[in-house]
Amino acid sequence: MNAPLPHPAPCGGIDLHQEHGQRAVFCGLTGIVWLHRKIQDAFFLVVGSRTCAHLIQSAAGVMIFAEPRFATAIIDERDLAGIADANEELDRVVTRLIERRPDIKLLFLVGSCPSEVIKLDLSRAAQRLSGRLAPVRVLNYSGSGIETTFTQGEDACLAALVPDLPREADTAAPSLLIVGALADVVEDQFLRIFAAMGLADVRFLPARRAGAMPAVGRGTRYLLAQPFLADTARALEERGARRLPAPFPLGAEGTTGWLQAAAEAFGVSADAFERATAPGRARAETALTPHREKLGGKRVFFFPDSQLEVPLARFLARELGAALVEVGTPYLHRAHLAAEIELLPAGTRVTEGQSLDDQMDRCRAARPDLTVCGLGLANPLEAEGLSTKWSIELLFTPVQGYEQAGDLAELFARPLRRRALLEV
Amino acid sequence: MQLTLWTYEGPPHIGAMRVATAMTGLHYVLHAPQGDTYADLLFTMIERRDARPPVTYTTFRAQDLGRDTAELFKTSVAAAYARFQPQAMIVGASCTAELIQDDPAGLAKALDLPIPVIPLELPAYQKKENWGASETFYRLVRALAGPAAPRPAREPGLRPLCNILGPTALGFRHRDDLIEIRRLLDALGIAVNVVAPLGASPADLGRLRDADFNVVLYPETARSAAEYLKKSFGQPFTQAVPIGVGGTRRFVEEVAALAGIDPAPVLDGPGSRLPWYSRSVDSTYLTAKRVFVFGDATHALGLARVAARELGFVVVGLGTYSREFAREVRAEAAEHGIEALITDDYLDVEAAIRAAAPELVLGTQMERHVAKRLGIPCAVISAPVHVQDFPARYAPQMGFEGANVLFDTLVHPLMMGLEEHLLGMFREDPEFHDGVGPSHLGGAPVAAPMPDRAAPPASAPIRVEAAIAVPAAPWAPEAEKELKKIPFFVRGRARSNTETFARERQLPLITLETLYDAKAHYGR
Repeated sequence: MNAPLPHPAPCGGIDLHQEHGQRAVFCGLTGIVWLHRKIQDAFFLVVGSRTCAHLIQSAAGVMIFAEPRFATAIIDERDLAGIADANEELDRVVTRLIERRPDIKLLFLVGSCPSEVIKLDLSRAAQRLSGRLAPVRVLNYSGSGIETTFTQGEDACLAALVPDLPREADTAAPSLLIVGALADVVEDQFLRIFAAMGLADVRFLPARRAGAMPAVGRGTRYLLAQPFLADTARALEERGARRLPAPFPLGAEGTTGWLQAAAEAFGVSADAFERATAPGRARAETALTPHREKLGGKRVFFFPDSQLEVPLARFLARELGAALVEVGTPYLHRAHLAAEIELLPAGTRVTEGQSLDDQMDRCRAARPDLTVCGLGLANPLEAEGLSTKWSIELLFTPVQGYEQAGDLAELFARPLRRRALLEV
Repeated sequence: MQLTLWTYEGPPHIGAMRVATAMTGLHYVLHAPQGDTYADLLFTMIERRDARPPVTYTTFRAQDLGRDTAELFKTSVAAAYARFQPQAMIVGASCTAELIQDDPAGLAKALDLPIPVIPLELPAYQKKENWGASETFYRLVRALAGPAAPRPAREPGLRPLCNILGPTALGFRHRDDLIEIRRLLDALGIAVNVVAPLGASPADLGRLRDADFNVVLYPETARSAAEYLKKSFGQPFTQAVPIGVGGTRRFVEEVAALAGIDPAPVLDGPGSRLPWYSRSVDSTYLTAKRVFVFGDATHALGLARVAARELGFVVVGLGTYSREFAREVRAEAAEHGIEALITDDYLDVEAAIRAAAPELVLGTQMERHVAKRLGIPCAVISAPVHVQDFPARYAPQMGFEGANVLFDTLVHPLMMGLEEHLLGMFREDPEFHDGVGPSHLGGAPVAAPMPDRAAPPASAPIRVEAAIAVPAAPWAPEAEKELKKIPFFVRGRARSNTETFARERQLPLITLETLYDAKAHYGR
């Protein structure tokens, strides 16, 4: 069962493989760790088991004690005995939670593997509770491992927000929507660049507060800031919004391509675009130069984790001169990543899915200079003499845009520098 | 449903992983959805293990549910056997797989592998991590220790032989406790047969019966197995937990009695530095420091005794999240004249710490955060712990060296005696105030003074059962001002004592006089 499937139809100029077997990835619940910091008046209530609570606590580490806005309603034996009781129990837990937290304006009921398997209908529960707890909005999405992989939890969350977004009048002027949770500092940088290009009406999904979510309509053009937002994109299309195809804003080249897509859609002159982006491009170039020496020619292997792998590999190969051994991704959205696939070096081996032990065998055989992988694999591979970059940091660090291009390169260069520094 | 922010223990399959990861030559196939592999990083990151845990997950997904997850489980077991060639395997389900009701035991049996395959029943919706570890170890011992038989009489002249039971992966200081206990046994002239689960192979479990008796280091994980070995092979096992000087001495006496040898060589030996350090006048100021102890049962019990009898503290709170050992903890609490706190809700623990107003908290990672929030010194004495409590240096909790470590650990967070005196004398000193921690801990001054009152923060943590307290009388301004002159590390207690005093007497206002009346009433 761990054998790769027969070679599928070629996808661009890359060497695409699909693999099935054991997957060492997070489930979508992990997205809560950054989403709850982004939407400041939202609360995330996981309906799941002790395992779910344990996962979030292990992933969130110290944040749990910084007044977190997430919790787990742990299903116990009595809940399993009867679904009707489980609904009552859920209502009881939520009602008390909201009583205690009057600052909460938006509550997400987050489905997990156990709640999905026992078919606890959280969407009905969300409707029921929305009525009862108004003005608090109650939405639901699934972050279960059986349905979502790591960053897909953010996709499911944002997709749940879309039907609820205010309606933009069809006569309204076209607006630009940036989709995907970004660090506040990155959002502000992009806003300044768009303003310099003459685009004033730029909105973000998710907004920083529940009451400030952007309106959507036929005039909405949206740019994906993250590659893992398939369902959110579909939901936006249903609301009449249209996607601007673009590479993702990682590295100078990606950022320029991404901004360019907006500039073209909104008729920004070449001059204005040049003026708005030139300083950023120049600074990114300055910041990237020292890293080229360290990363140029280095052979890099990506294990699947977040769907950021393809854009990151493109950045490493094209802007830093790294060589790509294998680019693993949990899921490859052909349409959203079309521009990225175009930019990857021809013949790059891309693996969609995973068979963990087989992939580790390939990695060991290739002995790459740098392996990008999760925390479950990083120390074991280091102990085998392979340098690793643990991949979660790429989600927990501001990496998008011109000003972060150097930081992004530094994330990859640091393990190599450290290895060179240590004498014992 | 139970609303949970933080859990002291993971689900039971994490306990099974702790046993599997501790051992060699054993492989665990866990029927679990994609995502449950997060547990690997507890071992690779917190304990910094240099290899993946020996666990294969089926990582089924939604599309597999429509098909045959049972088949997926079977192929995973077969593939894991082919790749890792273990001496034995354990198979089981995580919480989600428990719901889909594939039968790991039957499915694994159908494969008819040429090694023992031991199925685990770990009820994820009732039990927790430590129970899972205990049950897994018990099942392994039951399956692999061989058929029950009475022990033949020992041949004279042979060294007594024991097993050491209990240390696991991800155990708090298990690595160094084991070194320390081995050293003690060696000094007594007792040989060690098998240590399990840590470092043992399935074949080693087959040799458990050769020992004369068992040393149980951590009852949470090893008592069930030890009871089974006692029943099957007549091996007695130790009850004393060798934490602290007293605990270690009792342990040595017990072990020597079981081995039929003289404990004197160890008891009369150099022992620990703790007794002299604790008697030296430098430690006088430690007398009757109020300490709150919370953790797993083994460490909570051990530390309560060390704190009270070996450092001269007063134990004002004692509790555990190990419900399985509630009886023992209640009995120990009664000896300190208090009621034990048996809970797995950290908010209950926080409330109890607040109410007890201790000067030192000994607890887990959670109590460390609670103590930080309340501005109380704290030391970590029990799992769950973060990466910093899997230290590179030798740091046992058990045995005589463990007692040395404990002395340092418990005294380190406290302000030193002279600092305390100066604080009492110069209350408004700009360098010694609430915002400054003990000087040797190098805390940067805090800009805003810490609220010394249990004021709920703006966005209070979720507290489902909010305690309804009888409101205390208001404080007169000059009394409030005077209260601020009391050193902050005893101020919380002064405040609560005064408020209790006022409440009991139904005083309408707390004045300067009330403050000093209460001080005289409660004394120190």
